Amino acid sequence: MGKRITIDPITRIEGHLRIDCEVNNGKVSKAWASGQMWRGVEQILVGHDARDAWAITQRICGVCTTVHAITSVRAVENALQMEIPLNAQYIRNLIITAHAIHDHIVHFYHLSALDWVDVTSALKGDPGKTAALAGSLSSWSGNSKQEFTKVKERLSGFVGTGQLGIFTNGYWGHPAMKLSPEVNLLAVTHYLQALEIQRYASKIVSILGSKSPHIQNMAVGGVSNPIATDSQSVLTIERLMAIKEWIDKLSDFVKNVYLVDIAAVGAFYADWTAIGAGVKDYLCVPDLPLDTKGTKFALPGGYVKGGDLASIKPIKSFNDAYFRDGVQESVKHSWYKGGKGALHPYKGETIPNYTDFQDDGKYSWVKSPTFYGNPAQVGPLSRVLAMAAQGHAPTLKYLTGVLDTAGSIAKTKIPLAAVHSTIGRHAARAVSCAVQVDELANQWNLLVENIGKGDTATFNKPVFPKGEVSGVGFHEAPRGVLSHWVVLDNGKIKNYQAVVPTTWNAAPRNEGDVPGPYEASLLNTPVADPERPLEVLRTVHSFDPCLACAVHVLDAEGKPVVQVKAL
Amino acid sequence: MRIVVLGVGNTLLSDEGIGVRAIEKLQLDYDLPQEVVIIDGGTTGMEMLDDLSKCDHIIIIDAVRSGKDPASIVRLTGDQVPVFFKTKLSPHQIGLSDVLATLAFIGEQPGGVTVIGVEPVSLETGMSLSPQVEARLPELMDLVVTELRELGVVVKNNLPKAA
Repeated sequence: MGKRITIDPITRIEGHLRIDCEVNNGKVSKAWASGQMWRGVEQILVGHDARDAWAITQRICGVCTTVHAITSVRAVENALQMEIPLNAQYIRNLIITAHAIHDHIVHFYHLSALDWVDVTSALKGDPGKTAALAGSLSSWSGNSKQEFTKVKERLSGFVGTGQLGIFTNGYWGHPAMKLSPEVNLLAVTHYLQALEIQRYASKIVSILGSKSPHIQNMAVGGVSNPIATDSQSVLTIERLMAIKEWIDKLSDFVKNVYLVDIAAVGAFYADWTAIGAGVKDYLCVPDLPLDTKGTKFALPGGYVKGGDLASIKPIKSFNDAYFRDGVQESVKHSWYKGGKGALHPYKGETIPNYTDFQDDGKYSWVKSPTFYGNPAQVGPLSRVLAMAAQGHAPTLKYLTGVLDTAGSIAKTKIPLAAVHSTIGRHAARAVSCAVQVDELANQWNLLVENIGKGDTATFNKPVFPKGEVSGVGFHEAPRGVLSHWVVLDNGKIKNYQAVVPTTWNAAPRNEGDVPGPYEASLLNTPVADPERPLEVLRTVHSFDPCLACAVHVLDAEGKPVVQVKAL
Repeated sequence: MRIVVLGVGNTLLSDEGIGVRAIEKLQLDYDLPQEVVIIDGGTTGMEMLDDLSKCDHIIIIDAVRSGKDPASIVRLTGDQVPVFFKTKLSPHQIGLSDVLATLAFIGEQPGGVTVIGVEPVSLETGMSLSPQVEARLPELMDLVVTELRELGVVVKNNLPKAA
């Protein structure tokens, strides 16, 4: 029996995640992911008018407000087999894409880069050398010696006051930190620039969504944005032009900074391309519908088995039976009453049955979803692989670009197989972000063209039939496949189940006792210092778990030995 | 001058949503000048960066664990505010404290912060406040309005005059 590490966050936001690892000879030999996802909302929804569900579900989580709103209206629309006006599709597409870009930039720079970047080392970086290095990688205008000098001074001043502020609780000086002072200075500078840039993505969401941070414009049947090219109060050409300007700024940053940084981090941490693969069955759904029925999409989706791109099975429409019929959830290892085997979400039950943490029994509030009986990894890596497998040209371009740039820095050829890893998930997120930023511009063009044709429709009124209907709405959210499953009776909600991306990835063992993606990915992860398990956090963070959390590290007796804040 | 009144909390967890409920009431019952921005922050974080940047004062309304009796109202200001974040009295200070720390780092921090908090009675799943906390809402609103008036804001009451 090796040393047991428990990493247990304390926040209640979004439910919290606890990771337990057994470490033998410096490597993880067994892992458990235990979560308190917020499931009670499903009970709240029962009995509500189906048209109100989206506004309630967007309160499930502080990070994913928009994604629950969109998925909820899609579920109800699917139950009613509605068609959605093109303008509404494009406006929704713009909102979800801007949200995704925001989410990816913030995740990499502000929530996980500090797993790889040592802020205190940046203080030793030479601004001149940093500028020379940065100039050799990218033409970004923010890579000047003056800029690096300014950031270094600001950082010194900040650290000089004895307060690291946002940077407290990092693993500074950890043996697994390997970047040079110059690369660290470069990364900290981009961290600050990313703070500026992410504002543009937020602004797009708030202008189109009528309000921020919770959008107000969603409706079953479309969106509530009136379109008029000559009115100030609605979606005007002026506002659309402002959005275009912000899209260009986002595009510049994502392509000339984010993609380059991830290639550099990947090159300097090349050993991490061999760590953290875990479940190599990848699931993603198509998104950004281009027609009223949801049968044509800008971004394809599908299922990739065993990491083999040739195995791709596409998911083609909002009515796709292959997706709809393949999802089940098991509660064998979750704190719910079970005994009926894995259930389809329409039949899903959520009856609590708390037992305490049992290594071989129940140990999580997260259910264990499967796709045709097997755990599936979801998220940007799944998205990129499914799109690449279907020959999606922009995906292939940015994916090849990242691998080539990383290869040129590391002075070795980096194969596609390297993406099945902890660092690969970060690289895929950047590739996905670049594809999405192009798509943001594309959806903007489609909207402006369509309005130009004189089409100003944004809403079709839903008609609720008597009796029972059911529907599924899905969305390829920043963290991966999100699906809402709704059963309606006379327009009122009878059953509601949300299968969220973090449920797929943080799944406990399933009906056949097979570990979920987090659990599988942690096996064999090296842990240099069990009291500072940076390596474990790196792999878990690479999935972008949907929670901002402060974590305790407990020793075997359950006494806190270290308290760290992990984001 | 720009003053932000920010209500935070999860409206699906009964009293956890007190900050948001207070914001809704503030919008409904009072006329506020343009320099006051009202934000329903929910449980979000970085999305608020732009709205909270470079303002003269932020009034945060939130559920707070202060160790006092359930449904107590507390007001924290000045030196007490960082302590509020450090000792994790609030369930969602993490997103918000990161945003404030980030603003400090980029030199766009608010001129002042006041936290007006309510000790929750119930955090159960549900969309309404507990009766005890609901009963304290008028008092909470008075405190917020007093705070605004002390900052020099002209606040008009839309409520019907008591007979």
